[in-house]
Amino acid sequence: MLSELKARLKAESCEEYLCGLFEKIEKSSLNAFTTLAKESALKEARRFDKNPGRGLLAGVPIAIKGSISTKGIETNCSSRILRGYIPPYDAHVIERLKSEGAIIMGKTNMDEFAMGTSTETSCFGPTKNPWDQTCVPGGSSGGSAAVVAGGEAPCSLGSDTGGSVRCPASFCGIVGLKPTYGLVSRYGLVAYANSLEQIGPLTHTVEDTALLMEAISGHDERDSTSAEGARHSYLPGLEDGVAGLKIGIPKEYFGEGVNKDVEKAVWEAIATLESIGASWQEISLPHTRYALAAYYVIAMSEASSNLARFDGLRYGERMGEDKDWHTTFSEIRAKGFGPEVKRRIMLGTYALSAGYYGRYYLKALQVRTLIKEDFLRAFKDVDLLASPTMPIPAFKIGERINDPLSLYMADVFTVPINLAGVPAISVPCGFAGRLPVGLQLIGPHFCEAAVLRTAQAFEAATPFHKAKPEVS
Amino acid sequence: MDDVIIGLEIHVQLNRLHSKMFCGCSTAYHDSLPNSHTCPVCLGLPGSLPVINKKAVEYGIKVGLALNCKIEEETLFYRKNYYYPDLPKGFQISQYDYPLATKGHIMILGDNGAERNIRINRAHMEEDPGRLVHAGTIDKAKYTMVDYNRCGMPLLEVVTEPDLCSPKEARVFLDKLKSILDYLDVFDGTQEGSMRIDANISLKGGDRSEVKNITGFKGVEKALSYEITRQKNLQRRNIKVVQETRHFDELRNITVSIRSKVGAHDYRYFPECDLAVMRIAPWVPAIRAALPELPDVKRERFVKQYSLADDHAKSLTSEIKLANFYEAVAARASPKLAAVWIADVLKGELNYRDLSIESFQEEQMIEILQMLEKGKISEDGAVQIIRTLLDRIPIEIGGSPSKIAHELGLGKAEDDAVQKAVREAVAESAAAVADYKAGSERALNFVVGLVMKKTRGKADAGEVHRLVKAEVEKA
Amino acid sequence: MITREDVEHISWLASIKIEDEEKDELVEHFNTILEYFQQLDEVDTTGVKPTYRVVDLANIFREDAAYKSLSQDQALKNAPRTENGYFKSPRIV
Ligand SMILES: [Mg+2]
Ligand SMILES: [Zn+2]
Repeated sequence: MLSELKARLKAESCEEYLCGLFEKIEKSSLNAFTTLAKESALKEARRFDKNPGRGLLAGVPIAIKGSISTKGIETNCSSRILRGYIPPYDAHVIERLKSEGAIIMGKTNMDEFAMGTSTETSCFGPTKNPWDQTCVPGGSSGGSAAVVAGGEAPCSLGSDTGGSVRCPASFCGIVGLKPTYGLVSRYGLVAYANSLEQIGPLTHTVEDTALLMEAISGHDERDSTSAEGARHSYLPGLEDGVAGLKIGIPKEYFGEGVNKDVEKAVWEAIATLESIGASWQEISLPHTRYALAAYYVIAMSEASSNLARFDGLRYGERMGEDKDWHTTFSEIRAKGFGPEVKRRIMLGTYALSAGYYGRYYLKALQVRTLIKEDFLRAFKDVDLLASPTMPIPAFKIGERINDPLSLYMADVFTVPINLAGVPAISVPCGFAGRLPVGLQLIGPHFCEAAVLRTAQAFEAATPFHKAKPEVS
Repeated sequence: MDDVIIGLEIHVQLNRLHSKMFCGCSTAYHDSLPNSHTCPVCLGLPGSLPVINKKAVEYGIKVGLALNCKIEEETLFYRKNYYYPDLPKGFQISQYDYPLATKGHIMILGDNGAERNIRINRAHMEEDPGRLVHAGTIDKAKYTMVDYNRCGMPLLEVVTEPDLCSPKEARVFLDKLKSILDYLDVFDGTQEGSMRIDANISLKGGDRSEVKNITGFKGVEKALSYEITRQKNLQRRNIKVVQETRHFDELRNITVSIRSKVGAHDYRYFPECDLAVMRIAPWVPAIRAALPELPDVKRERFVKQYSLADDHAKSLTSEIKLANFYEAVAARASPKLAAVWIADVLKGELNYRDLSIESFQEEQMIEILQMLEKGKISEDGAVQIIRTLLDRIPIEIGGSPSKIAHELGLGKAEDDAVQKAVREAVAESAAAVADYKAGSERALNFVVGLVMKKTRGKADAGEVHRLVKAEVEKA
Repeated sequence: MITREDVEHISWLASIKIEDEEKDELVEHFNTILEYFQQLDEVDTTGVKPTYRVVDLANIFREDAAYKSLSQDQALKNAPRTENGYFKSPRIV
């Protein structure tokens, strides 16, 4: 827990603690970090040891997803096309972390440009799940989840476009939050699907997530989609419990396609919540079955535009002799992007192209409206929703990578949340065999406090967050 | 040339703004090193996000209103997706549906000498791309160099209907547009590349070609003339004009074909969701109320208030600073005389020297006009004084006209000669003087005529009339 | 149904070169995925407004004030090819 770590860092030596982590990372077989900022991190640690300062995260090392811009530290989105790119600026969240005294350890592996559910599409090869190294850690923030679960970093940041924080949190048995769209500035987050994504924390405990949220949330005038309002502290009230809380169980999130062990763990979690004072009722989110298609149309369309800037002119790799510019850039992009990224860019290009805009993109946005309305309607009757985060536990590396559609299907319970823009957390709620299972708690827009409070009550009543994988 | 159909898309840099359209980079990049006015936003670095410059929107509304457009109640930005090295994000943030301003019009003097109404289809906001420097000409260059200092400059794209009939009309339209922008104080036309024009040209019944990125008004006339000749020659040889994009090569004064791949213009427009919508209806009344008097209205007022000839009024109202200069002078000198001297003489001398009206001072003009009115200098003398004052810039600024008149010997000597001629003429015209004293005002004209003869027409007739009258009264 | 020609056109639009031997697989993948997307056709969306932005914000602006830009060095630092302070691009035509 970060509060304990902060006390320990003050009492002992931050430099020693950090050196220990780097030693572990260098011996690690998880392939979770892609870039280490060892020198600058150790310098910060020594500074902390001399003068600890008073920031919320003073002395706390943190790992950052490879898609979040860090000044002076390579930010490559695990893509060959961005190898060697060193940003001249920090993302808003990085500025915030630094001003709260956190120490940036390095950048984590991810699905290339956050397009994936397994961290297998990385140009650096897959990250391994600390619970079973033949399995994926989930994605796309797989590196950020694996370093926390594997004890290589006390906490990390990921980004969640269609489940990319919650999925790896679930697969790796830790806590991961996707905030309400607009609560955390996206300034400096390399865009995949900009209308859907948010940066979110990955931590061992709910309290740690609350602490990180306090550090990174709040208005930023450089992000025009950033919500107004002052920063919020999520720690007060965190322990207030769930007495009287009404939880909705969306019936579409259970049944067919859901692993039996997962379903069992989630129902037990609901029973636990009931035992500590919450009540539950079944509700319906009728447009759930269209969420995946709507999500992928929107995400691919936006991606086709967001990734147009990677042309090897201003940054990134430029290979071979220049021909005419269209040929040159087409070849750079052909070599620089992996197959899944190319597939999504091309499908998105098609969906936006003349004659198909209405059929795919516009239609998907209309379905998005219906999905958002499903949630708004549900929240008139209940305070929160509970569901499995993922329909399955972590799968084997290589098992699904050649079947894109089956990979997309795994996102079925996470993407509706991004379409609606509401907050959702994944907390460990049991195991399917040796592999962790995540419980997803979903709240209304900007009701992070209620989501965190419920997650905290659940965590306090269960032992799952204490379980640690044995990483060799 | 009524078989020619021309429509213009004019990209106007709103370069009176301090910062770019979506970032805080300064707009004053013209004398800077390449790529020294960029930031993560306008360089399109991964993760950066745009934020709308509020004043740019206000300026856009101002122009829209001045072009008699309807201002959209809710307007928004789109992404226009295409690849070009001057476009760092691979898309341009522009407008598509619900552009800022639509359905306007302005009046111009047409080729046939009558006022013509040119319709404005729309005016929308967008960001300027960077600047490409080709090693050689565009079609022969081995490589291209890119400077993103210009990238992200706030642009207003004004799109006309195909209402223009000749290269000259296009020129007249652009002059008028420039004049309006000048009045609104949103645009500085002296900056290089501040107005760039795409022109659609076709001959009646033929396909159109689009000539891209013409800078300068002379360039427009030349490019259009070349393109019309080219299309006419094709027609004469029974070759079909193909719809294509062409580039104007300023050095060779010709247009050359660039990329004409079928289906290339699929811009995949979709709303820019990194930016919020703009609900601007509530801004409009205040902006409308604060609009300055525009050239056409001012011109009509000048004709009425100062009894000016229409072409004088038009010339004086072409630039706001010139119009203001004129009014300040007209308040303290004869408005008609001021109009002649400012519109016909001063403006020409300024243009010849490539100077603006700011190089001359109202006080100087007033002094010159007063000397003229009092007959202290001749018209030739006044011209010489104006030229001398302008030639001394920048060594001397704001010099005194009377001092120069003295230095050049334009003042006193002339004055004496006129006085002398008046005295002589009165003495030689006893009969006319007697007639005048008997009540015939017209009798003085004979004396005035005599003075004019003696001074070989150098003296000012009005002034002579005044002097003769004074001399006769004295006698 | 997407054809090989469609794939070639999309590749041109997206500025991603594809090799001949990749095309058949892409045609297959695209058709599988697009077929899945077509289930959206089942949803009656008459009169439904599209949601471009989940949080309805309007009139978000910045004031017209200039800040300090990157230096030329910083701007060019990540560029693979430069010349005399410019980014060097392949020829246009
Ligand atoms: Mg345009
Ligand atoms: Zn900038």
